[in-house]
Amino acid sequence: MSLPRQIHLAAHFPGVNSTTVWTDPSAGSQIEFDSFAHFARNAERGLFDYVFLAEGLRLREHKGRVHELDVLGRPNTLSILAALAAITEHVGLVGTLNTTFNEPYELARQLSTLDLLSGGRAGWNAVTSSDAFHGANFRRGGYLDHADRYERAREFADLAKKLWDSWPEDAPRADAGSGVFLDEDVPTRVRHRGSQFDVDALFDVPRSPQGRPVIVQAGDSADGRGFGAEHAEVIFSLHTEFEAARAFYDDVKGKLPAWGRDEESLKILPAATFVLGDTEQEAQERSREIALAQVRPEVALTYVEQVWGRDLSGYDPDGPLPDVDPDTGSETARGWANRHAAVRARIAKLRELSDAEGLSIRDLVIRLTATHTFVGTPQRIAAEIDRYVQERATDGFTVVGHLTPHGLDEFTERVVPLLQERGSYRQSYEEGATLRDLLGLPAPRATRPLTTGPLTTVPFTTPSLATR
Amino acid sequence: MTEQVHIALALERAGWHPAAWRAQTARPHELTSPVYWRDLLRTADDAGLVLATIEDALSLADRFEPTDGLRRDRVRGRLDAVLLASYLAPLTSRIGLVPTVTTAHPEPFHVATGIQTLDFASRGRAGVRLVAGASAAERANFGRRATGVDALPASGRVEDSPEIAAAFREAGEFADVLARLWDSWLDDAVIRDAESGRYVDADRVHNIDFEGEFFSVTGASIVPRSPQGRPLITVLAHQTVPYRLAAEHADLVFTTPHSADDVAAIRTEVNTAAAVLRSDGRERLRVFADLLVLIEDTADAARQAARRLDDLAGAELASDARIVIGTAGDVVDEIVALAGAGVDGIRLRPARQPADVAAIAEQVVPLARAAGVLRDAGQSGTAGSGTLRSRLQLSRPESRYAREKVAL
Repeated sequence: MSLPRQIHLAAHFPGVNSTTVWTDPSAGSQIEFDSFAHFARNAERGLFDYVFLAEGLRLREHKGRVHELDVLGRPNTLSILAALAAITEHVGLVGTLNTTFNEPYELARQLSTLDLLSGGRAGWNAVTSSDAFHGANFRRGGYLDHADRYERAREFADLAKKLWDSWPEDAPRADAGSGVFLDEDVPTRVRHRGSQFDVDALFDVPRSPQGRPVIVQAGDSADGRGFGAEHAEVIFSLHTEFEAARAFYDDVKGKLPAWGRDEESLKILPAATFVLGDTEQEAQERSREIALAQVRPEVALTYVEQVWGRDLSGYDPDGPLPDVDPDTGSETARGWANRHAAVRARIAKLRELSDAEGLSIRDLVIRLTATHTFVGTPQRIAAEIDRYVQERATDGFTVVGHLTPHGLDEFTERVVPLLQERGSYRQSYEEGATLRDLLGLPAPRATRPLTTGPLTTVPFTTPSLATR
Repeated sequence: MTEQVHIALALERAGWHPAAWRAQTARPHELTSPVYWRDLLRTADDAGLVLATIEDALSLADRFEPTDGLRRDRVRGRLDAVLLASYLAPLTSRIGLVPTVTTAHPEPFHVATGIQTLDFASRGRAGVRLVAGASAAERANFGRRATGVDALPASGRVEDSPEIAAAFREAGEFADVLARLWDSWLDDAVIRDAESGRYVDADRVHNIDFEGEFFSVTGASIVPRSPQGRPLITVLAHQTVPYRLAAEHADLVFTTPHSADDVAAIRTEVNTAAAVLRSDGRERLRVFADLLVLIEDTADAARQAARRLDDLAGAELASDARIVIGTAGDVVDEIVALAGAGVDGIRLRPARQPADVAAIAEQVVPLARAAGVLRDAGQSGTAGSGTLRSRLQLSRPESRYAREKVAL
């Protein structure tokens, strides 16, 4: 009998939205190092593939002030991952890092550094963003059209890969006898001229254990899926309902052969929340309690205020949706028509759902933001997770708890052993395994040969590179 | 009574001698390995050194070195210093961690949050050393800026080069934005008031709304106020314009006096600049003197070791800092002299790593302590106690926005 398909798990540090229940007496600090250390150590105890951290570019605002109702404040993604590298041995360290407000040379050297410091455990969730609100904190500033975002992301990833591949595996020579620290023609000079970047670079970080970090990607648009099929090794999707997950899996994995890639070269790990109970009924009750704590009345009103773009503080969270028109800003503002239509369409959908199920504002917001993916006994949740993976709806999940920093402790203690019993989850880490090894991913294909020697022109191996 | 000074360490890949990587004790294959740096920092931490700076640059070539025909007998390649310092934070307990950051390409916002995160991970031991401008090699790597700092003008004076003078103005803005972002959350901004459902008090988080000549940054930091409030800002300075940058923005300046007279001249110049540029209520700028040291058990052995490395490098060791080649006792004599001339601390640049770091830890520090010249000595076993600021007798600054509130 062959081994069942193996489940891959990522541990998502709870973010700055209403998922995190800070009102719980056991909720800890969102910023002290001890919180992150506990979280990472628990993930390692649970033999997770990696811990996953989001990125903050600007504090959220609501009605022109920083948003007060949810957890606010978080560390710099790269710095906290580097610190966690010092206190963990096996678990992967994956951070969300933006392609719009970073430069390829600098981000590539930071990720190489993280990979070297962690012994090959670095991963990069490459995201794009474009709006002036976040841009106002950065030199680049500004606004990028959706298509330009992906153009920049694609060019960024291409350039970063060339930089990572510019050092051979056997450099530096560091031969004290002959006095040759670095051979001639090492590293390869990376000349890149595109619509986004124009560099003539000599990369200054030697090749890291993985060669390149594992590339994770979250975009769900057509552009995002295209980028994913080309560059991503893990996709962090939001499709958790079984049939939707399977459709997404089929769609994205179906695009891989066109890029010369096979099914195992990309793992799909949707975000998943969970609520455990000793009985099904207890789990359901607990899920409801947690949802009510996540979507407190003021949180529910804030949600609809953000959709409507106006003050709705007079409305009753336990009553029906507001019957007023949204405020979509000045008609002369850039992109107004699209935004206006999108807000209208969104409101129509909310009304439809609320009418069909007779939901109050608060219950509607719970339905949309606090419907927990897996609710039940540990046995049932383990069986469900296994079913998704065996039936090729996902390769596993990116699990997020509702408490900082202990939210995944009970998952490690109660669900992981059952997954192991099923034969579909690792019993231990393999000594010296890189993140790519943990994920069962093939070594990345080089943009050039990885041994020392003069560079001759190498035919590029992927369609996008070939056209450049 | 003997004047007392702090002793700091300046770490640079294999050390400050260009041929240091060829010394018998060198670990040239490990210069980008975490173990090498962990060993160095633990040695320095155990010895009680006050802080360690870590060099960095965004290029394979050194600052004023052409990228064509790059010499192959020099150490090339390194780790990002801010991330290296972050990695070292949980592995050390007392020593200040001060990575180098250049100010021409990195985003001030990312650097501000990175150093704050270092401050959290180290429980208040973070600092940063700012370097102005971008070399030609750095600019080619980024492809974003046409002009930078390629060589000093013939006069040797920064103010005679419009490009370099501009780079220092940008460094000043950079430092200013760091401090503003570090102040942007009041210490008590997180209220966790379950009653009102508010996690933070928005009145206690301030957008900085900074608009400068080189960049603008609108929002508050994403990181709450860190243990030190404001991590330490440091610069290395050799002349008027950098002294003025330090006087206006830094907590600590590294200088390169070659004599007691130099110390007096530097102190006069720094104090004059501070009197004009330093904001009211700001604490006195701390002045450290750099020494490049190569240490052996006898002066003869030290001279021989230096000569051997000089031969390998093809030139005699040269440095902006005073060079001391001799015994640990010779180094301590220099420290005593500089302390008497009125510096607050000494930053030792080891010619060879790890050999001279070990000599500093095992010989220089005990001798300096015995000579009564070492400040902050002998607090063994107090792991985690004290922030970098407190060890330097610098108070924890109050946020400028807290002061504004009081003023209202």
